[in-house]
Amino acid sequence: MDTVTRRKFLIASGVVAGGALTAGATAYTLWDILATAADPRREPGARTLVVVTLYGGNDGLATVIPYADPAYHDARPGLSYSAEQVLRIDESTGLNPSLKGLRQLYANDRLAIVRGVGYPQPDRSHFRSMDIWHTGSPERPGNTGWLGRWLDTAGGDPRLAVSFEPVLPPLLAGETSAGAAVAVSGFKVPRGVPQKALEALGKPSPGEPSLQARASACFAELGKVDEMITDVKEAAAADDADSDDDTPAATATGGGRTPLAAQLELVAQCVEAGVSTRVFSVSLGGFDFHADEKVAQERLLAVLDSAVSAFVNRMGLSERGQKVVVLVYSEFGRRVRANASDGTDHGTASNVLVAGPHVAGGRLIGEQPSLTDLDRGDLKSTIDFRDIYASLLSDALGADPGRILGGWTGRMSDLLGKP
Amino acid sequence: MADRGLVAHLLRRATFGPTSAEVDGAAAAGVESTLAALLTPTDADAGAAATPVPRLGPDPYSALTRGSSREERQRANQQRREQIVTLGQWWVVRLFAAEHQLLEKTVFFWHGHWATSVQKVKSAHLMLGQLQTMRTHARGDFAVLAKAMLRDPALIFWLDGQRNTRKAPNENLARELMELFTLGIGSYTEEDIRAGARALTGWTIDRTTGRASLNPRRHDAGAKTILGRTANFDVDSYADLLLAQPAHAVFLARRLWFRFASGQPIPTATEERLVAAYRPGRDVTAMLRALFTDEAFPATRGHLVKQPVEWAVGAMRQLGLNPTRLAPEKRRQLLGGLDGLGQVPLRPPSVGGWPAGASWLTTSSIQVRLRLAAGFAAEAGAAVLDPLATGSAEAKLDALARLLVVNAWTDRTRVALTQSADEPRRLLAVGLVSPEYTVS
Repeated sequence: MDTVTRRKFLIASGVVAGGALTAGATAYTLWDILATAADPRREPGARTLVVVTLYGGNDGLATVIPYADPAYHDARPGLSYSAEQVLRIDESTGLNPSLKGLRQLYANDRLAIVRGVGYPQPDRSHFRSMDIWHTGSPERPGNTGWLGRWLDTAGGDPRLAVSFEPVLPPLLAGETSAGAAVAVSGFKVPRGVPQKALEALGKPSPGEPSLQARASACFAELGKVDEMITDVKEAAAADDADSDDDTPAATATGGGRTPLAAQLELVAQCVEAGVSTRVFSVSLGGFDFHADEKVAQERLLAVLDSAVSAFVNRMGLSERGQKVVVLVYSEFGRRVRANASDGTDHGTASNVLVAGPHVAGGRLIGEQPSLTDLDRGDLKSTIDFRDIYASLLSDALGADPGRILGGWTGRMSDLLGKP
Repeated sequence: MADRGLVAHLLRRATFGPTSAEVDGAAAAGVESTLAALLTPTDADAGAAATPVPRLGPDPYSALTRGSSREERQRANQQRREQIVTLGQWWVVRLFAAEHQLLEKTVFFWHGHWATSVQKVKSAHLMLGQLQTMRTHARGDFAVLAKAMLRDPALIFWLDGQRNTRKAPNENLARELMELFTLGIGSYTEEDIRAGARALTGWTIDRTTGRASLNPRRHDAGAKTILGRTANFDVDSYADLLLAQPAHAVFLARRLWFRFASGQPIPTATEERLVAAYRPGRDVTAMLRALFTDEAFPATRGHLVKQPVEWAVGAMRQLGLNPTRLAPEKRRQLLGGLDGLGQVPLRPPSVGGWPAGASWLTTSSIQVRLRLAAGFAAEAGAAVLDPLATGSAEAKLDALARLLVVNAWTDRTRVALTQSADEPRRLLAVGLVSPEYTVS
């Protein structure tokens, strides 16, 4: 089945979970990406966009906290943070105590926080809402991702849009092209099967079923084993061990198995090497806290905080890194009122973070949506996420947003500073 | 005498990998009798009897009190992890040994459907209880299964049902019940979810006994309007309402098609036939029979990628490698390999279930398969290896295709196999990782 058909089916089946889609014949090794280093076709001022997807519905009100609003404390007894506990930004807003690195980025004008971001008629299904964010079309989430469509307009070379997850996230699937899912682990071919046999298995065979052809293509990629350059550190293996304590876990709804910090480590190496890649996609899962949210949420936010702040600070150290823009979002925020389980149910509007050495940071963009004027218990969005996509497409990627976002004309001006 | 290719296709889908002897037997018996043996076996399952569920011993948490020390808690956690490993290993052994293979495969399907992960549940006892519930009701009236699952402590805990109370409903279970378990997205509104959550309020789990029960004081017995109907819905009447929706049978038909037939959309006429077979008794076996006998089924060859568990258990069945006879070290490697392939039984990655299709085909998974295949080949006995060491290269390739129940090798794979034809273990390993063996 071709990419597009499979994608259509996956949407129809309701089981996409970000990453059910793999690159057709477009899987690449890290070596392939690094081989594009210092590509003369890359424009000197060109930005690099790093998209961080948080799977599970990150609780926006536990991330950027309206601590001075009595309605916040009324709605969330047991979950709320006091003025003394938050990392204060101003007299009404503070960050979760776990977000020390992001608070510092904000102080250094390297982080902008956009509040009240959503889309019309919000969908509260993880899978459907993530489809909407991936595709950038709330009315009818189709079968292409917003950055996949950008890739179509940018010439279609898969190496321009890279994910370090084993499967390609739908946002990188275009109509005529798809980004590259790059294997992060080093290649160690076990003894017992000779290299020549592997090469032979990687040859296409006319007329074979498409999935069988895809299985064969995996061997062709293995053929590049010996060429793998050695000074790239291998990403840490997925740390999947059960926690030793009694901290409750969330219901899993997808997200990268490779730790976020390890994914961003690879992005950093690629950026510093000057690769031609313009878009990187990374992810972190596990935010679906319907119960016992507070401690577990803090722990997960700390993972996000240390990975993103270390990455942005590192990017600030090199000329190439200066041009990096990081976008952090989740499929939805959570219900204003806590449930009886000290957790929160699926909600709507939430915060989007934009970070980088040269963004128009140190700002809160948009108003905090009212905690009392609600839509069926949920926040009303004031900013459409496509405004942010449009600005990143035009200002970071030099593309025509209307063409990629179905004629969308909204913009968020001055999101990025001068690199 | 039935067409051997067709019965091989049927057995690949309805079992965890048929042996060539099983294909021979099915071809001789004919499709109808093969199907009957798969769908409604009447004999006792000696393989299942020989692999009884493990005795886990008491849940170490039940001995903990508020006063337990940190060391006692750590020891309890360690024992729990060991119990979970024991249960996971036992399940793989059961999949290998069972004669009623379609039952096992259907239970595995339900495990991916009501996808509950031990990562959050953290109790082998509750996971085993859920497996037994799915086994007991795997093939009958779906309503019976659904109502039992809504009382299943592991599912309730996984989706926070024990925290769902009259005073403040928790929507997690109600949402996934409609979206992932019974109706599919688009067949209900957010109001239906909120009202549905109220119908499911009041269930609690006793973590000492591992039982779920309804606490009337926590249950919202008031009127709820769900899907346009107003009544004092409780768990059973809510489930009945969902299963009476036309969307339900269509949804289940598509899920079964997706896992047993093809990653491509189900043809409309096939869908109608599956739905007709399922009603009025919500008969899962009737729907499976309709699927396997549908005119569209034979054309689905190559439309699925073997799930990692299916690939590994199938290889062990065909090679006669009883996992209970493997050294403990090798058995651990096997489970480690399944982890590397992304499919550890009891640990689905998402409430949406296991990945499918090309998601399993990555360069990193190929490397794990290579390691496992080499390990399997190293363990293979003379009965498996001798035919692979006899006669011309052509004859060896034919023997390998027969052993692994592959219909035909492509020219490309023939080249790879021929290069390894002098060394039977190597030949076997190449066959196990070949693209032809990877798909189903």
